Amino acid sequence: MTANAVLQLGLYLGLLLVLGWPLGLLISRVMAGAPPVWLRFLRPLERGFYRLAGVQPAEEQGWRNYALGLLLFNFIGAVALYGLQRLQGALPLNPQGFGGVSPDSAFNTAISFVSNTNWQGYSGESTMSYLTQMLGLSVQNFLSAATGIVVAIALIRGFARKTANTIGNVWADLTRITLYILLPIALVIALLLVSQGVLQNFRPYQEASTVEAVSFQQAKLDAAGQPMKDEQGQTVMETVTTQTQTLPMGPVASQEAIKLLGTNGGGFFNANSAHPYENPTPLSNLIEMLAIFLIPAALCFTFGSMVGDRRQGWAILAAMTVLFVLAYGVLVSAETAGNPAFAKLGLDSVANLEGKEARFGIVASSLFATITTAASCGAVNAMHDSLTPLGGMVPTLLMQLGEVVFGGVGSGLYGMLVFAILAVFIAGLMVGRTPEYLGKKIETFEMKMTALVILVTPLLVLLGTALAVSVASGRAGIFNPGAHGFSEVLYALSSATNNNGSAFAGLSANTPFYNVLLGLAMWFGRFAIIVPVLAMAGALAAKNRLPVNAGTLPTHGPLFVTLLVGAVLLVGMLNYIPALALGPIVEHLQMLGH
Amino acid sequence: MLQHLRPALNIFALLTFLTGVAYPLATTGLAKVLFPYQAGGSLIEHDGKTVGSSLIGQSFTGDHYFWGRPSATGPMPYNGGASGGSNLGPTNPALLDGIKGRVEALKAAHPGEKGVVPTDLVTTSASGLDPHISPAAATYQLERVATARNLPVEQVRKLVSEHTDGAQFGILGDPVVNVLELNLALDALQR
Repeated sequence: MTANAVLQLGLYLGLLLVLGWPLGLLISRVMAGAPPVWLRFLRPLERGFYRLAGVQPAEEQGWRNYALGLLLFNFIGAVALYGLQRLQGALPLNPQGFGGVSPDSAFNTAISFVSNTNWQGYSGESTMSYLTQMLGLSVQNFLSAATGIVVAIALIRGFARKTANTIGNVWADLTRITLYILLPIALVIALLLVSQGVLQNFRPYQEASTVEAVSFQQAKLDAAGQPMKDEQGQTVMETVTTQTQTLPMGPVASQEAIKLLGTNGGGFFNANSAHPYENPTPLSNLIEMLAIFLIPAALCFTFGSMVGDRRQGWAILAAMTVLFVLAYGVLVSAETAGNPAFAKLGLDSVANLEGKEARFGIVASSLFATITTAASCGAVNAMHDSLTPLGGMVPTLLMQLGEVVFGGVGSGLYGMLVFAILAVFIAGLMVGRTPEYLGKKIETFEMKMTALVILVTPLLVLLGTALAVSVASGRAGIFNPGAHGFSEVLYALSSATNNNGSAFAGLSANTPFYNVLLGLAMWFGRFAIIVPVLAMAGALAAKNRLPVNAGTLPTHGPLFVTLLVGAVLLVGMLNYIPALALGPIVEHLQMLGH
Repeated sequence: MLQHLRPALNIFALLTFLTGVAYPLATTGLAKVLFPYQAGGSLIEHDGKTVGSSLIGQSFTGDHYFWGRPSATGPMPYNGGASGGSNLGPTNPALLDGIKGRVEALKAAHPGEKGVVPTDLVTTSASGLDPHISPAAATYQLERVATARNLPVEQVRKLVSEHTDGAQFGILGDPVVNVLELNLALDALQR
């Protein structure tokens, strides 16, 4: 790593710690229904919500009712978003006059945004009306983030409580996290982003008269508007000259802020956070990167505070940080070492600038790529399909580890806590003791749920990839030739199942085959994890908390951090090394061999 | 199941109104008061006409202009209505052929430049709308632009350095030159 690469990492982690610590403590107060004085002006709004909705916030639910309520809430969200996309052509706030979205694409996008994946088969600036963006996509950015966080809070309550039948009130939890935490922080971030140049308006797209005219080739259309063909069946091209440039507009900043804060990642525009109107300056880039890890880091402190032992939160944060720094080191080194073929072409640097923006350069692009895939965000400020083979393997593997390296808001913490349970279980087997975590005995039921959580995603990813490369409609979407083409498919399934949402975007995924396959992968990758985690929360809450004794494995020191990092890497590597060998590893060897 | 339906629908509707209507409208209102220029797209006006945005690059091919980075948008480069990158993988022959062709074209247009070609000037950006090039990429084109405009090289060099932004706060990002602003300044010089 270069000195600058280290400096940028240090600056980032330092700021993250300074912001995440107090936020974590704030979240634990808010979720206990006791927001600090300076947030109490929102109390009447909260109470009004409960009154209008007919909710008794003090009436808590057991895990089954909590899970049912949450599933229903998300199902309603998916149906509403599907309907909004299909009907947008007849609805207001559609200055570009976009028609309804096709059924398969609307299905995919609805699940994508509800499951906090934000995989985008469509291209924002030419598909979605302003109404769909704000009333559909933005709303799910908030609500899917809230869903992830409340599941994590419910699991923490499972550890913190003893012999309890309930894990919280799902409606109060969703309302509190949205009202007191997500909304105010998103507003601040949105305004900071606007100050840097991110759009926020409802004007139609603007036409600019450019300085120079552009000549380009396009298909010639016949009277019926169909491309004309010559005798050989080739499309007839014509040369066109234009001196206007379309400048897209829209309420971008409000969506951008929650896109990152909620680790959603769905861009207003096709180029996502590489678009100058979404991410105009290096400062906006830093703000966006901080927004991605802010809540996942903060929740580690919430965890420590809620279970009454801050060291436990530090241990989880330390394990996440170790994995993150390792991943960043590999990615930034690979992009700096670049493409050896560039040297033979007489370029001033082999650094891989293809698919990267000049204002970010190699370091800020590599840091963003690591953060966005370590967290299940999926926003991109560089095109991941054009990363070097090893540079592109890091994001793939970070997703495949189960999005637990900071991970999605809430989902990163509950995923990592499941690995912590696995780690104490392995340690317990080694010394022949009943494993415990935070004073809770880990028994058969918890291990069944743990195994389910850990095995669901690799199964979906690997079977899905195998299916997609076996059938013609799956192979048809591949853009780059050779091993890289396989990497595109593997990346898509890894991204969808683990609810990341970034892509090797060369893959043409807006087809009925991929829309349905990835839609199902996203739904089960999300909710086939959430239900067992809530079941575990219920089982843990019902147990007594055992006192610490001489035989208890301490779960806050360097030994446990090492064990946890080892468990995450072991499971990930065992599942994915063969698949990775066929994609990025082969391509890396090919690149060096040429 | 049914006992959950009423709170689920109600909470969903209320949170939708809060996050999907109140929040974006509040952001728009505040942005309009605090940062009207940025919120509106950082548009550059000339004689009452919008000539572009200082954040969105434009295509330049004339000898008297600095050229920006290659853009992979279709059907024309720098298409603001369809952002995106090439998505070419590192071992795709099309990537290396494309770069080779651009290197040859650049060398042919800059016979005085014997050195290596700046990488950013022959690789496509992520958005296809990158408004910037590296200072090295601007220096590479100095002589061509100065000759085409009958200006002293030093005068053009001075203009380039005036339009070069260092790393933000000295540490964030890479130094860059805004191509559209630089070219507009060149035109203003000779008006």
